[in-house]
Amino acid sequence: MSFFTELDVSVIAPSLPFLWTGLKFTVTLTLIAMSGGIILGTLLALARLSPFSPLAMAASWYVNLMRSIPLLMVILWFFLIIPLITGYPMGAETSAIITFTAFEAAYYSEIMRAGIQSVPRGQVFAGQAIGMTYAQTMGHIVLPQAFRNMLPVLLTQTIILFQDTSLVYAIGAKDLLKAAEIAGKNYNRPVEMYIFAALIYFVICFSLSRLVKHLQSRIAIIR
Amino acid sequence: MIEINNISKWYGQFQVLADCSTRIAKGEVVVVCGPSGSGKSTLIKCVNGLESFEQGDVIVDGTSVGSPTTTLSKLRSRVGMVFQHFELFPHMSITENLTIGQIKVLGRSKDEAIQRGLKLLDRVGLRSQADKFPGQLSGGQQQRVAIARALAMDPICMLFDEPTSALDPEMINEVLDVMVELANEGMTMMVVTHEMGFARKVAHRVIFMDHGRIVEDATKDDFFGTPRSERAQLFLSKILSH
Repeated sequence: MSFFTELDVSVIAPSLPFLWTGLKFTVTLTLIAMSGGIILGTLLALARLSPFSPLAMAASWYVNLMRSIPLLMVILWFFLIIPLITGYPMGAETSAIITFTAFEAAYYSEIMRAGIQSVPRGQVFAGQAIGMTYAQTMGHIVLPQAFRNMLPVLLTQTIILFQDTSLVYAIGAKDLLKAAEIAGKNYNRPVEMYIFAALIYFVICFSLSRLVKHLQSRIAIIR
Repeated sequence: MIEINNISKWYGQFQVLADCSTRIAKGEVVVVCGPSGSGKSTLIKCVNGLESFEQGDVIVDGTSVGSPTTTLSKLRSRVGMVFQHFELFPHMSITENLTIGQIKVLGRSKDEAIQRGLKLLDRVGLRSQADKFPGQLSGGQQQRVAIARALAMDPICMLFDEPTSALDPEMINEVLDVMVELANEGMTMMVVTHEMGFARKVAHRVIFMDHGRIVEDATKDDFFGTPRSERAQLFLSKILSH
């Protein structure tokens, strides 16, 4: 008897609604961490490039610190430390959202920094020459171009983020992986559930990476 | 209109500008020329504070560029500038390029800004390109749009930093024509260029720079007729010999 004939796929259909709630959290976490991470990351990148050195140093420390610690440890530490600081207990889901936003900001900031530096200095001069302030030059001229240039890389980072969200499993947040585990235990069919969950991760990530490829070729044309 | 008073600038140990002084009166057209690396572009960028300087000061229409209390963005909104590499905003249409400054900096309404922008496009002969993006235009067309973008801010004077150096030869004249027209209308202009034909046609004065110094600051006729310095004579003989 082979491995595949032993599989009982009939347990998947009844657990779909439960898996769906898990997937919804995984997607929500990814979207919030992505938008929050890109906004925070852009601010961090601007801080790192600022001529005001204490600000640049603080941002650089933050980014290097986050990038030097394994994500799993950050998830665990935030889960333990934040309630101690705020004095309020916090759910695993909220903790995960805060952790991922703070952690991903470090990675997005490096991408945005490269993006900002990819915009020629002459563009900054041109913005300033028509009387724009620093904030206007950044907001209207530099950042839109930086963002467009970096779009494929930002999306690639988001795909990695999407996969990494499965680590919230460690603090018991109910994401897709956790839901698959619970459903697997319910039906005593963990292998089927884990395979199905992997399939969902694969389909989503693969489609996104096709999108990145498509975007890359389009951006190459615009240039 | 523009007073440059004894400005000096260093990049580390290297002195890029050494004690440069000149005055440009209202309605005057001044051409700045000299070999590459002589500090021409740095000097013109000091006029609107895009480059800082360590000594001396620049006064534009009574406002000190070097003073820490001056709001440079405000000053720059009144001084038009055209760059060697056009520097149009590639992510915006031609119309948006012409209106963004008017709307965000001058606070004009969108309608007013578009009207003004289209009028200037007409003037540089590019009305039909309004909805295109910079990447779809030729170099000469882009530079004409860049001039229109600067004019849309209703500047009190215009700075040109080698406006034709990055252009193919057949596109140089379409840009120079626009500049000659501007000069004839009485615009105050400071122009860094090697186009001696342009200088002969419209310049009132010619400044010659070498090694960060203003070596010669003469009326057009004196400069082309009897340049005093040997360096300027040599430069002219090389540039005019063919």
